[in-house]
Amino acid sequence: MDKLYQILHDCCPDIDFEHETKLVDDGILESLDIVMIVSELSEQYDIEIDVDDLVPENFNSAQAIYALIQRLQEEQ
Amino acid sequence: MHYHVIDYLQQAARSCPGQVALSDAAAQLTYLEVMNTVSRAGRAIAAGLGQTNRPVVVCINHSVRDVLAFFSIAFSGNFYVPIDPGLPAGRIQDMVDTVRPAAVLTADPDQIPFPAGSIPVWTLEQLTAGAPDGPEPWQSAKDTDLLYVMFTSGSTGTPKGVAICHRSVIDMVEQFQSVFQFPEHSIFGNQAPFDFDVSVKDIYLSLKVGGRLEILEKKLFSFPKLLIQRLNERRVDTIIWAVPALKIISSLRAFQRDKPRYLRDVMFSGEVMPPKTLAYWREALPDARFVNLYGPTEITCNCTYCILGDQQDPDAPIPIGKAFPNCSVFLLDGGEEVREEGRLGEICVTGSCLARGYYRRPDLTEKAFAQNPLCDVLPEPMYRTGDLGCYQNGQLIFMGRADTQIKHMGHRIELGEVELCANGADGVETAACVYDQDRARILLFFLGTCQPEQLLAVLQEKLPRYMLPNRICPVTAFPQTRTGKIDRRKLLEFAKERTTNG
Repeated sequence: MDKLYQILHDCCPDIDFEHETKLVDDGILESLDIVMIVSELSEQYDIEIDVDDLVPENFNSAQAIYALIQRLQEEQ
Repeated sequence: MHYHVIDYLQQAARSCPGQVALSDAAAQLTYLEVMNTVSRAGRAIAAGLGQTNRPVVVCINHSVRDVLAFFSIAFSGNFYVPIDPGLPAGRIQDMVDTVRPAAVLTADPDQIPFPAGSIPVWTLEQLTAGAPDGPEPWQSAKDTDLLYVMFTSGSTGTPKGVAICHRSVIDMVEQFQSVFQFPEHSIFGNQAPFDFDVSVKDIYLSLKVGGRLEILEKKLFSFPKLLIQRLNERRVDTIIWAVPALKIISSLRAFQRDKPRYLRDVMFSGEVMPPKTLAYWREALPDARFVNLYGPTEITCNCTYCILGDQQDPDAPIPIGKAFPNCSVFLLDGGEEVREEGRLGEICVTGSCLARGYYRRPDLTEKAFAQNPLCDVLPEPMYRTGDLGCYQNGQLIFMGRADTQIKHMGHRIELGEVELCANGADGVETAACVYDQDRARILLFFLGTCQPEQLLAVLQEKLPRYMLPNRICPVTAFPQTRTGKIDRRKLLEFAKERTTNG
């Protein structure tokens, strides 16, 4: 989880990933942030994030993102 | 002959009153409904202000209401200044101080993002409540009257307000239509925010062809599956997007399952299109027409275009092509025109497309819109883009910047503005900004006792999110060039080494 926070913070230093739970619903994360995060996650965790996984529910909080990574790693 | 953009609206309202003109996720309005709203609200604004050619701020939220507000202000003989209430308060204040608005239009009068003082604040509901009578000032306007002022990053530390008149927008519309021949009732999928001049094409080209402006909310671009669904549901056939929006689709490999099935025209501008992104789109949409567009806000959207053929060399840069009709685009080196292939020059523009200048900034206006050195018999303003170009096989190619302006996340940013803002923070002695193009990261280095978090907080008060550095690093000394300036190239190399080493 620390690694994830580090990656997220690196992408968007101005966002409080530790506490926000409506990153998408409140419009905190913008589309280019998502692109940056998805590309970093794919690289750092060696996962493929499918277009069907790109839904608001998977990106509303760091926990949700973490759960997505774990699921994708298990599926591999 | 058109002198005013409301001409287009009136024409469409007569020829296709029942056609949907504007739609977003929540609402849709026909040309007749738009015309009725605009003529009521426009008269109310005219009566309320009692003056013409005054700035009216619109607090935008990317909905049909924004466009109704723009048309109503134009109808009233005044000009609009779109402001995104989500920008930092300090930046909004700078814009307001520059334009000194005569009124504000908003959906929510309790949430004006600056102290309005004695300036009237109106909603569309209030403005359309009265009877549709009173003056119709647009009828007696002239085509050099302003239509809008839009702000862009300025290296002097405050954003510059680019002032565009009706003639320039009408010229853009007519030239686009003469070159591209958009069919009647085309459906334009609008991506660009309304404080960004890419959106001007969507709004007014759609009016020109009696088309429909389908406003695509920001969130769709984070989740391409939803975006594609929407494009197909609403049968969007034309998109004129900023390059980063197309990059989002390709980097998320969004066409894995479904594709936009109705797209006929895919046009893009704002920054250099990576060949890989283009290849991804073309493979998905082999029958669509792809067009690269080039031009800064100061020349009203675009001054050159390149319709991309099938034999695009994947390793060659995508040309910005040639000038639109009724506009001259040429290269200058010193005071001389560059005509030979391969030689670098600054891209310069003359014609009706030129902005009238930077609002209330005669100093900056004079510098950027200087006399054309190739014309020594009469005054002729010429816009110096600051972009470098050269000819290859007769086509113009973009070759980067002559200064430290960058394109990042689709926005035009003066790194000097970020530096100035950082230099103004307590505990910062000197700050220097560099851009890591490969990773699309803004890096800020500084000398001083300030903590990076503190410095970020200071920057957040003044700069929009897209201008915030991705990394802020304290340094104990700056590498210097032989002339004693900060060596930005070394700084960038140093930063890149650090990232690769962990």
